Amino acid sequence: MRKQRLVLIGNGMAGVRTLEEILRHDPQRYDITIIGDEPCGNYNRIQLSPVLAGEQTLSDIILNSEDWYDANGIRLIKGVAATGIDRVQRTISLATGEAIAYDKLIIATGSRPFMLPIPGAQLDGVLGFRDIKDTTAMIDAAAKYQHAVVIGGGLLGLEAAHGLKQRGMNVSVVHLGEWLLNRQLDEQAGRMLEQAMRDHGLALYLGQTARRLVGEQRVSGVELGDGTVLPADLVIMAAGIVPNDGLARAAGLKVQQGIVVDDTLKSSDPFIYAVGECVNHRGISYGLVAPLFEMGKVLANQLAGCGKQRYTGTTTSTKLKVTGIDLFSAGDFMGGDDYDQIVVSDPKGGVYKKLVLKDDVLVGACLYGDTGEGAWYYQLLREGRNVADMRRDLLSGPREVGDAGTAGANRAAALPMDAEVCGCNGVSKGTIVKAITEHGLFTVEDVKKHTRAGASCGSCTGLVEQILMSTVGSSFQAAPRQKPMCDCTTHTHAEVREAIRNQHLTSMDQVMRKLQWRSADGCPTCRPALNYYLISTWPGEARDDPQSRLVNERMHANIQKDSTFSVIPRMWGGVTSPAELRRIADVAEKYEVRMVKVTGGQRLDLLGVKGSDLPAIWKDLDMPSGMGYSKGLRTVKTCVGKQFCRFGTQDSTGMGIELEKALDRMWAPHKVKLAVSGCPRNCAEAGIKDVGIIAVDSGWELYIGGNGGIKTEVAEFLIKVKTATEVMEYSGAFLQLYREEAHYLERTVHFMQRVGLDYIKERVLQDEAGRKALWARLQQALALEPDPWRARDGVAADQFAALPA
Amino acid sequence: MKSFHKICALQDIPQQGARVVNTSAQAQAIALFRTADDQVFALDDHCPHKGGALSHGLVFGGAVACPLHNFKVDLATGSALAPEQGQVPCHAVEVRDGEVWLAV
Ligand SMILES: Cc1cc2nc3c(=O)[nH]c(=O)nc-3n(C[C@H](O)[C@H](O)[C@H](O)COP(=O)(O)OP(=O)(O)OC[C@H]3O[C@@H](n4cnc5c(N)ncnc54)[C@H](O)[C@@H]3O)c2cc1C
Ligand code: SF4
Ligand code: FES
Repeated sequence: MRKQRLVLIGNGMAGVRTLEEILRHDPQRYDITIIGDEPCGNYNRIQLSPVLAGEQTLSDIILNSEDWYDANGIRLIKGVAATGIDRVQRTISLATGEAIAYDKLIIATGSRPFMLPIPGAQLDGVLGFRDIKDTTAMIDAAAKYQHAVVIGGGLLGLEAAHGLKQRGMNVSVVHLGEWLLNRQLDEQAGRMLEQAMRDHGLALYLGQTARRLVGEQRVSGVELGDGTVLPADLVIMAAGIVPNDGLARAAGLKVQQGIVVDDTLKSSDPFIYAVGECVNHRGISYGLVAPLFEMGKVLANQLAGCGKQRYTGTTTSTKLKVTGIDLFSAGDFMGGDDYDQIVVSDPKGGVYKKLVLKDDVLVGACLYGDTGEGAWYYQLLREGRNVADMRRDLLSGPREVGDAGTAGANRAAALPMDAEVCGCNGVSKGTIVKAITEHGLFTVEDVKKHTRAGASCGSCTGLVEQILMSTVGSSFQAAPRQKPMCDCTTHTHAEVREAIRNQHLTSMDQVMRKLQWRSADGCPTCRPALNYYLISTWPGEARDDPQSRLVNERMHANIQKDSTFSVIPRMWGGVTSPAELRRIADVAEKYEVRMVKVTGGQRLDLLGVKGSDLPAIWKDLDMPSGMGYSKGLRTVKTCVGKQFCRFGTQDSTGMGIELEKALDRMWAPHKVKLAVSGCPRNCAEAGIKDVGIIAVDSGWELYIGGNGGIKTEVAEFLIKVKTATEVMEYSGAFLQLYREEAHYLERTVHFMQRVGLDYIKERVLQDEAGRKALWARLQQALALEPDPWRARDGVAADQFAALPA
Repeated sequence: MKSFHKICALQDIPQQGARVVNTSAQAQAIALFRTADDQVFALDDHCPHKGGALSHGLVFGGAVACPLHNFKVDLATGSALAPEQGQVPCHAVEVRDGEVWLAV
């Protein structure tokens, strides 16, 4: 039997989403054709705003590449408009002359910008803001011209204005309303937004109309109602949208400012459905994706033959995608006489919250500045729940509301499972948590892929991130931050590391030249980092630059508050001998050391040493450097273990010494501490070390990512192994991974949090060859490292001594 | 009266580094800094924040970052880089034929 032919007109967000849902239900059911007049696969129209602002690129926002259409057997007729529908023959005529037959048709032609019918509207340089074509035209204009006027201070207008401003234009916004976003915000919040936009450099003309556009061929100005003429080389009309219902109208379908559909999204013709902005459902045309996607879901349910769902309308909420501005509104936020209002207003602090209640039910919310509770209010609003018993605490959010929250937990943790997190795609917290636990997700990107949460307008990404964090704890991987290393560069740590590796850069000069450093020779932030990246990536090849090391590493001793130094000789595994002790004591006396102290890492520290005495002290000590000053291996702390302790199950001291010898002189992104305990009593405190090893009867347990620093972090269990050789291999491989991939000054715990414990397990546990290679690379690198105290002649010994005048 | 004294060869100060000069003329030691482009500057070896030895700092561009708490000082003027405030006494210094001369 021939499959039914399903044709979609409009390769946009609502239509394609509907098809995706159908394919999910029943991929075999239809022969699908899409007719789209845009030249590419479908894309995330919402993200055109960040593209305009230069925060994303066009390729970032493609939703389905052409492979997707192929893979799903969809015929995509792109760059071609549908010009007519013959409802008797059931065919669609195309601009190319071809006719396409359908059994079922979905119209999803969206809408187009409403172009004000004022004189001059046809001039060059007058655009709407709707598609890729408009966006590139705006970007091109911003490169050539100076003055832009945006007509309309709604969401779209403000995003356009923000984007053009980001691209360096002088931007004015002409807005009919008395305040910005007057359909989404009340006056007070609108005024706060107004201030923020003025601070951002936009000129605002509120309560004004655009009467006429001036210009010959290209627009040159906008005349306002009061006669003012604003200079303009580019005019964006963002005064509203008009449903694209011309095709339907011409085909005789029932149309009334949008194609009229019933609750199953069926038009007045039983073979034709419509979804998206071109639709009029119960008198409403929606202009946001959340309701459109909801429609898509229902329609897919119908077309896949399930036919149970109904669409009954959506309460929408509002967010603005302008970086640095948080606002949220939903429902009936204006309030009025029959309503109660709870308001907090702190214009100076930039926070405003208004909740509107009617008969103890939340009916509207308008938040500015702090929108963290938005999702929760939205939920209450849609549930229509009686909130009488939580009125007093309503403003402070779910944390304060009795049993709904746990003290100290963050907002995400306090959110109930059925709370909607992603408004665009209607994804609840429960769905996200389930996906995270079932599929073992660790990144926001993964959550996006599996649940679509955050995949559209992106304003819930923060909340998704929090849910991830509260669900997977410390294995959470933050979205890659775009923060540059320091003011000298636009590149992130990760990018710099990658460039050094991929382009085989071996000197600081090269890095700075290739990556176009803004300063001649860097700064105290980037130079130590670059130096580390170079020598850890190309050991033996890149030359260490002492002048790019901070004083402790340059002087191989710890600087103290009075600029004297402290010296820590290495005592392997914390073990020393009477002869060594005698030597240390002699040195301490000879150089009049002010204090001899046992450190937290079981070593002896000689404090109060003059800088000029350092080379002589090292010589007299004749012990290896304890590297107690380095971003590198510090100590391997041990307990006495089986040798003496009545509980010890293994030789923890021996294991510690062996490890310390193997890892000696290891530079790292940050300091690294290890500990080995002889039994689970854990006297060496291995649970808070970068690598902690605890002996048990049958072998050794390895823990990683502990930290006893500013915030104590308990190490995570990595694996249990049998032999000492395995302890070395696994610990070494983990440390080498950290050395190769962590950012400078990132402790192991933060590295682990960034990449996720699973990633580390994958590299160190699952991939045996990879593990061995990591361990081998570490050993090779260490073989080349001299002991800095013994190599002191190389470090310009004369620097330590003062010059006579 | 201050006069110029020959202190050392330019090579004796590491590039992007410093050396300390002990002088009987003043209680405070003086630090000689050599930048990447071989300019030489002389400042009291005393950070205006908590007295750190600037000679142990990291030299970058025409400035040095104090080793104790990263206070940054302009080598040419001795004034702290914004947002910090403070002033380090500067001394006249010259390089003549590869030799460093300091006025003390
Ligand atoms: C810049 C911008 C920012 C936005 N920001 C947000 C936001 O933050 N949050 C939010 O919820 N919504 C936002 N929106 C609105 C959102 O993008 C729309 O609601 C959504 O894209 C509508 O989906 P649709 O499928 O109905 O229409 P569209 O996505 O516009 O798809 C319609 C498609 O049909 C094509 N078409 C039309 N006529 C024909 C024809 N005769 N033949 C062939 N093809 C045809 C069109 O070219 C288009 O590709 C934004 C919109 C824009 C323009
Ligand atoms: S950890 Fe166990 S073996 Fe080691 S000293 Fe403590 S009790 Fe003894
Ligand atoms: S002493 Fe120099 S920064 Fe504190």
